[in-house]
Amino acid sequence: MTGVPAIFGWLWLEPAIPFASALALLAVGRALGKRATAWLGTGAIAASSAVALRVAWSYAGTGGRGFTLPLWQWFAVAGFAPRVALYLDPLAVVMTLVVSFVSLLIHVYSTEFMAGSEGYARFFGYMNLFVASMLTLTLASNLLLLLLGWEGVGLCSYLLIGFWYPDEANGYAGRKAFIVTRVGDTALLLGLFLLFNRLGTLNLQLLMQRAAAHWAPGAAAAETAAFLLLGGAVGKSAQLPLQTWLPDAMAGPTPTSALIHAATMVTAGVYLIARTHALFALAPAAMSAVAGIGLATLLLAGCSALAQHDIKRILAYSTISQIGYMFLALGVGAWAAAIFHLMTHAFFKALLFLAAGVVIQAMHEEHDIFKMGGLRRTLPLAYWCFLFAGASLAGLPLVTAGFYSKDLILWSDYASPLGSTGLWIGALVGAFLTALYIFRLIFVVFYGPEREPPGHRPGPREQWPMVILAFLSMLAGFIDLPRALGGGDWLSRFLQPVLPTLAAGRVTELGELATDAIAGLVFFAGLYLIWLFRLQRPALTAALMAGAWPQRVQRFWLAGWGMDWLYEQALVRPVVAAARTGRNDPADAIFAGAGALTRGLNRGLSFWESGRVRRYAGWIAVGAIVLAALAVLG
Amino acid sequence: MILVWLLAILGAAAAAAAIAGRWSDAAPRWIALAAVLADFGLTLRIWLRAGGALRAGGWLRKVDWSWIPSLGIRFHLALDGLSLLLLLLTFSLGAVAVLASWRDVRTGVGFFHFNLLWILAGVAGVFLAMDLFLFYFAWELMLVPMFFLIAIWGHERRRYAAVKFFLFTQLSGLLMLVAILALALTHRAATGALTFDYGALIATPLGQRAALWILLGFLAAFTVKLPMFPFHTWLPDAHTEAPTAGSIVLAGLMLKTGAYGLLRFALPLFPRAARAAAPWLLALAAVGILYGGLLAFAQSDLKRLVAYTSVSHMGFVLLGVFLATAAPAGSAAAHWALTGVVLEMLCHGFSTGALFAIAGFLQERLHTREMARMSGLWAVMPRLSGAGLFFALAAVGLPGLGNFVAEFLILLAAYRVSPGLAAAGAIGILVSTFYGVELVQRAFHGPNRHGWRVPDMAAREAWALAPMMAALLWLGLYPQPVVRAAGASLRQIEQALAPPHTAAARLRAPAGKGTAP
Amino acid sequence: MSLGLPGWGLVLAAALFALGLAGVLARRNLLMILISIEVMLNAAGLAFIAAGAAWNQADGQVMFLFILAVAASEVAIGLALALRLHRETNSLDADAASRMRG
Repeated sequence: MTGVPAIFGWLWLEPAIPFASALALLAVGRALGKRATAWLGTGAIAASSAVALRVAWSYAGTGGRGFTLPLWQWFAVAGFAPRVALYLDPLAVVMTLVVSFVSLLIHVYSTEFMAGSEGYARFFGYMNLFVASMLTLTLASNLLLLLLGWEGVGLCSYLLIGFWYPDEANGYAGRKAFIVTRVGDTALLLGLFLLFNRLGTLNLQLLMQRAAAHWAPGAAAAETAAFLLLGGAVGKSAQLPLQTWLPDAMAGPTPTSALIHAATMVTAGVYLIARTHALFALAPAAMSAVAGIGLATLLLAGCSALAQHDIKRILAYSTISQIGYMFLALGVGAWAAAIFHLMTHAFFKALLFLAAGVVIQAMHEEHDIFKMGGLRRTLPLAYWCFLFAGASLAGLPLVTAGFYSKDLILWSDYASPLGSTGLWIGALVGAFLTALYIFRLIFVVFYGPEREPPGHRPGPREQWPMVILAFLSMLAGFIDLPRALGGGDWLSRFLQPVLPTLAAGRVTELGELATDAIAGLVFFAGLYLIWLFRLQRPALTAALMAGAWPQRVQRFWLAGWGMDWLYEQALVRPVVAAARTGRNDPADAIFAGAGALTRGLNRGLSFWESGRVRRYAGWIAVGAIVLAALAVLG
Repeated sequence: MILVWLLAILGAAAAAAAIAGRWSDAAPRWIALAAVLADFGLTLRIWLRAGGALRAGGWLRKVDWSWIPSLGIRFHLALDGLSLLLLLLTFSLGAVAVLASWRDVRTGVGFFHFNLLWILAGVAGVFLAMDLFLFYFAWELMLVPMFFLIAIWGHERRRYAAVKFFLFTQLSGLLMLVAILALALTHRAATGALTFDYGALIATPLGQRAALWILLGFLAAFTVKLPMFPFHTWLPDAHTEAPTAGSIVLAGLMLKTGAYGLLRFALPLFPRAARAAAPWLLALAAVGILYGGLLAFAQSDLKRLVAYTSVSHMGFVLLGVFLATAAPAGSAAAHWALTGVVLEMLCHGFSTGALFAIAGFLQERLHTREMARMSGLWAVMPRLSGAGLFFALAAVGLPGLGNFVAEFLILLAAYRVSPGLAAAGAIGILVSTFYGVELVQRAFHGPNRHGWRVPDMAAREAWALAPMMAALLWLGLYPQPVVRAAGASLRQIEQALAPPHTAAARLRAPAGKGTAP
Repeated sequence: MSLGLPGWGLVLAAALFALGLAGVLARRNLLMILISIEVMLNAAGLAFIAAGAAWNQADGQVMFLFILAVAASEVAIGLALALRLHRETNSLDADAASRMRG
């Protein structure tokens, strides 16, 4: 046993610094100037990143053990005693590094990007609150604390999507995101209840041990628990059937889209499943569901991305699709591959969004790619960033990070004992679609005739983060080179203690090199096709889209396979209608009825009380006669 | 003795405020604030000095004087951890109510504060009374001044709301009086002594049928006050039409007296009958959670929306209370549920009290409660809007704020009793998101369509809201002191719930060996 | 058919009572109603005397004295009320007082 490095005692600073700065910015931010706000907001993230880096540095020498840093007893009620405690292991190290560094870069970018916007301090306050929540989520040692971070990031997502609140549409998108993800969270909450009631703890490590000890593979309880957690994960990570909120979430400021809705928060579901992989390993049906959801989502979203006009919506669908890849990897038990792709995706997708932000600013808030064009010469940095990141996203062989991470997934789909040729082919189709949609975007926006001269040009605080991310999009892949290419799979080995690679794969006809080569071919095929249709012979596109069916399909894909419409009809409207009809409280009818009955009785009885003395006398007489008659006759 | 002081201070201050109101408008406000804060300080002092006594259980302070000896009625007050927490809630919300009506109430200031303090005295009396007659006395004591508060200082439909409130609570209170008398007479028939003392009556031997009928009498009063679906319909009207202070006290405190009554009286006095009734009440609680949430979503009047959220949240309280009887006696689930109930009572008091205060602040400025007339207020008053967002999120059950811990504990217990109930509750939390974001959107976000230009939160308002924010954060991140303070009292309730045969079996079985029955 | 004097007296009393009742029900003028009530009272008194004669008891005459006293006070109160009502409504119509219903 080596001693625990002293720096681990300061782990709590990672979420605490951003949280403190968020409180400060939200409470007194308006009193600060823009400069002070930017320094405070970005400085806190820088400090947090520094701690993360220092912790990772010390951690590297500890051999992959897990460390728990208990902070305080949250509460203790009759055997239910969750602690506020942080847990550090290779997975947490990788996640915190990715989160804090991408956040840092995006914060620097935002100091310039948001300079012209209202609510500068509010923006950084929310962003820092987000980083604090995200780090809490990744470092949580138990599911309850994880849920705190989980809901915290959901809240920040809601607030930041609706950041420009005077526009009702933004508020709508924010509400939609919050509610749809909370639908998933309802399942997650039930999963927590189930796990605690069956296994008696919410501590993640204990939970995984006990699950493995108590439940046989395929046990009903394990399957149910895994499916409930999966429900939370698909909500947060915008997978089928809860993916509909993410495209609308693009209403938020672009740095928000980059950080929350591309790089970090939406991958929380992937993290959750990786974290609880021991449970999922016991639930084969849930695993198949994860893989199936991943594949279906990546194909559907890839098609939808191909049909969009809005530059940010293309990227949003791309994010959904890429997270589909991560789910696919999780579903075949390639946990490390999912985390690897999570990391590279964080880099290149954040870069795509930042570059898109530059384009949008230059185009005076125009989002429609068909109103852009020829920006290659006037916005060279954005162009090169798009090219690098797009190549990485589509998987340009050998030189991009995305190629290596995606190929690890493709190879796992093919070779894992849980994989199949069908999954692999599906994933290859997805790769083909990826190349199509991202180069369609690049060709339309940056090539062709210039439509409108760009206005705003990016300054250094926007440029430098993009340059760094561009490098990362290229180079980050080299930390996990496939053995077949003679590399060292450092990341996989680093994650090995937490995320074991599955034992010997099934017998395959193709080696890893061959699948790599096929993936490369698919990339070039996609690239060639879209080059042909967009740049070389645009008439082909026009001819294709002239038909009625292609147009119909395009509209269908543009509308996200009609799922928004379906939910609107099947869920939203009935609920709203039920609420509207019940608005005046039908239960009150019981008591209103009692009141009406009393009033009716009153009206009936007061009829007899006419106030005419003579009538009273008459009735007295009648009564007396009746009584007398009764006395005499009876 | 200090317990009598708590009530006496309020009573004396009420009289002083009424008299001082003849000369000055400011004096009654300061008198009321000072009295409430003094009581808060005294109660806090009891807590801080309680030490190990809290964990040991039993009464921390008590007063037991003869009152009407011929009828066996005693002036018996006692304070344990549960009462202590609720008293702290009472006095802190009392201070908020005074601060919130500082500028709201301009006519009859003296009489207004007389009524307010009178209500607080009644509420405190309910939380302290250990003699059932005294309890009923305090219960009715709250009612009349609240009627005046609504009927005199209320909004447009105040008469209707006040009468409705009075009828519901008075009628159900009378049923409780009948039940109390029946219980006391049954006790006299069994033992020959006429007494209303809690400690004596708890041992009354009752047949299942008799117990059920008497329990129904108590339930009538408590579930109407709580309120439980479908007896909640007085609440939206009363909360909406009451002046700000009235709404704060109604939602924050008066509803809690119903929950407290269930915990302190209904369950321990009639454990077996309560167990028999539990399935019905659990079902009604689940319906109430969803019904209240859905109706809150559809309201356009800000105060009415918040009022319906109370119906939903108090559904969680009811759920927790009867989960404690539905769960196996003495099980962990029962303790989770009751702890959750106590936390939910406190957190709902703060979050809803604060939302009503904010609704009052908005009405002072805009002269409307209609959310369609608001919209975009964030642009003109970011601080007040931020506070509104914070408390809306607390109501939504966001982790990190107190309501989440409470609801989590209750639903955790619910899962053990029936996963279906837990699912209904979890969906209830989802529905809370609907109304939470709807409130924020319609009042604070969106464009400033009506061109409002109003001042942002004033220092007085900030002073009213900030402590409640701190309390909710504290209860969300470190509720352990509260859990500990309530623990022993709740254990006692749970012990009373254990069916006699198991309690007897536990006594018979030699410690450690645990022979199976 | 031999009723004897007391018997005829009772018949007369019944006839008077019926006439009085008819007066109370039919007349609207308060004074006439009062007079009719007076007739009914006296009919009752006559019935007492006739019955007393039939049984050879003095009780019937005692009751008649009571009735005289009651009738006197009744008239005093009735006239006072009629006077008030006349002041209020400017009429002696009994039905005009029906607005006192409640």
